[in-house]
Amino acid sequence: MTAGIRSVRGVAHAPGRATRLLILGAVGLVFAVPILAMIEFTLRRGLVGGYDFQRWIELFQNGLTGEYAPVLVALANSVGLAVGTVVIVLVLLVPTMLLVHIRFPRLRRTLEILCILPISIPAIVLVVGLAPVFSGLARFVGSGVWTLAFAYGITVLPFAYRAIQSNLDGVDVRTLSEAARSLGAGWLSVLLRVLVPNLRRGILAGAFIAVAVVLGEFTIASLLSRVNLQTALVVVSKNDPYSAVILSLLALFVAFLLLLAIGRLGTERRRPARADPTTPTTPTSGGVQS
Amino acid sequence: MSHTETPALQQKAVQQKTVVEFSGVAKRYGSHLALTEFDLTLQAGELVALLGPSGSGKTTALRVLAGLESCDDGRILINGDDVSGLPTSRRDMGMVFQSYSLFPHLSAGENVEFGLRMRRVPSIERRERAAAALALVGLDAHYGRFAHELSGGQQQRVALARALVTRPRVLLLDEPLSALDAKVRVQLRDQIRRIQTELGITTLFVTHDQDEALAVADRVAVMRDGRIEQVGTPEELYTRPATPFIADFVGLSNRLPGVVRHGFAEVHGVVLPLLDPSHADGPVRVFVRPEDLTLATAGTSPAGTSLAGTVLLSSFLGSLRRTSVQLDQGGTVVVQHDVRDRPMVGAAVLVRFAGAPVPVEAAI
Repeated sequence: MTAGIRSVRGVAHAPGRATRLLILGAVGLVFAVPILAMIEFTLRRGLVGGYDFQRWIELFQNGLTGEYAPVLVALANSVGLAVGTVVIVLVLLVPTMLLVHIRFPRLRRTLEILCILPISIPAIVLVVGLAPVFSGLARFVGSGVWTLAFAYGITVLPFAYRAIQSNLDGVDVRTLSEAARSLGAGWLSVLLRVLVPNLRRGILAGAFIAVAVVLGEFTIASLLSRVNLQTALVVVSKNDPYSAVILSLLALFVAFLLLLAIGRLGTERRRPARADPTTPTTPTSGGVQS
Repeated sequence: MSHTETPALQQKAVQQKTVVEFSGVAKRYGSHLALTEFDLTLQAGELVALLGPSGSGKTTALRVLAGLESCDDGRILINGDDVSGLPTSRRDMGMVFQSYSLFPHLSAGENVEFGLRMRRVPSIERRERAAAALALVGLDAHYGRFAHELSGGQQQRVALARALVTRPRVLLLDEPLSALDAKVRVQLRDQIRRIQTELGITTLFVTHDQDEALAVADRVAVMRDGRIEQVGTPEELYTRPATPFIADFVGLSNRLPGVVRHGFAEVHGVVLPLLDPSHADGPVRVFVRPEDLTLATAGTSPAGTSLAGTVLLSSFLGSLRRTSVQLDQGGTVVVQHDVRDRPMVGAAVLVRFAGAPVPVEAAI
């Protein structure tokens, strides 16, 4: 028996408090050390020695102007790309998953493989494959940064798929959609009034993960010569590594907030029961208490 | 209709109007024929139960009527109109599903309002009608409750209110009681029947539970392999089953080896009248209901109407008792009798035949 894990007659139980803390501490350390090192780096006072918030204050006091102005443009690009990617996920992935779930359940496995596949393809390989597609695309719609959203739509597919699928597995969407249709709802009403509200958690989680992935993406943008937040930070870091690290920390913080929001969604409680909006009336039938 | 007709006559005239008609409906899933040459009519205000074992096609028939499945052949008429090509949303039917189907993000009241909202009923009227529908099922105090705050029985009652509030042409019940425990199932079954009778709504009730079908239906259609084997009142099905399958499926039956001779069945020397006296002579299996048998003390029955045997097991079932008897000639029969008679295991008894007409099937 593993130390700290209590078991009775071979049945494993939850690890003890000490084991949990140990695991949490070790994993936390792996994540915390680089972040703390980044923070420590931004607080250094250079050759003078010691620590202060001077670099943070200077960055925000002066505003992101001059050499930092491209960062704002890049941030706007990344936010636009995040929105575009989320739209692609919502408009293409959600209806496709619902359609497969309700009408073509035999295709579920195929769809799952297709959606999970991008996670096993390195970004560099993806770019090699996408480069000719993008050069072709540029002839029709130009080579604006926004076109990266198509590539990001592919990279976030595994994460968005998993988030939505886990919600989908917990909801009997087929019966709900049939019930709604039997009550006179068309497919659009079924989608918007019944399915989407019940898949809200999965869809929001998928969207937030998509935003987090897009804000942190560097390889594809760099290799396809597009400017986003991460490529701009690399440029800034060549002149002012301190500011680049500060901005990276802020990007991490935003991603952390998004993930926190996902966690909150998972534990969100339902609305409390509301009072009867009508005047209570005496039951006309013998109620069956069950 | 004449103005001088009495309400009873008027009601009868309404009752005779055909609301639903399946005409030669067929449905295939690949090579599997789920429905074939399916013909059935539902009269106005009638509750028809589709009864059959799993895979017999009863749910497929209901889903085809609802428009949730298309039919490959045949037509479905509602009030004389062919609705075979209409989508579910335009068929104007209320449906209660086997699994809990309340929309989890809406309260009970909002669930009931949903169908009215789809029909663009004004808000105030919508709320009034939803509250009235919930009152009809005894849940008017639960308007603001969500599905997770209701028991299984309450959820199905809200689903019933939701299906009824739009005043549909036909009510479809797809095994609505199967997920409930036994006591609630009986209570809700009776409530469904009472409401259906009160509202006079034409209803198709799918179930695999014969007790449920016999208890609530005006007529029962027994299905097997995608076809209807027999349609009739519960009494007809039970007392005059058209086929051995019906005799075996509806209620309990003892299967005994016998021989048909000159329009009578003979089981170990006991002669019984046949339901179908024209049955060809030869070896058969005879179906005898447990309640058409009685137990007697050995030596008391006249010869030729009873068989000797030994008590194997006697089960107390509350209001009645069933006793299994090993016949001296071979085979076992179950006898249903008064709960106060308590035969001892191992006791020698006589199994007396009441002489009710019996269905038979040719022995293979």
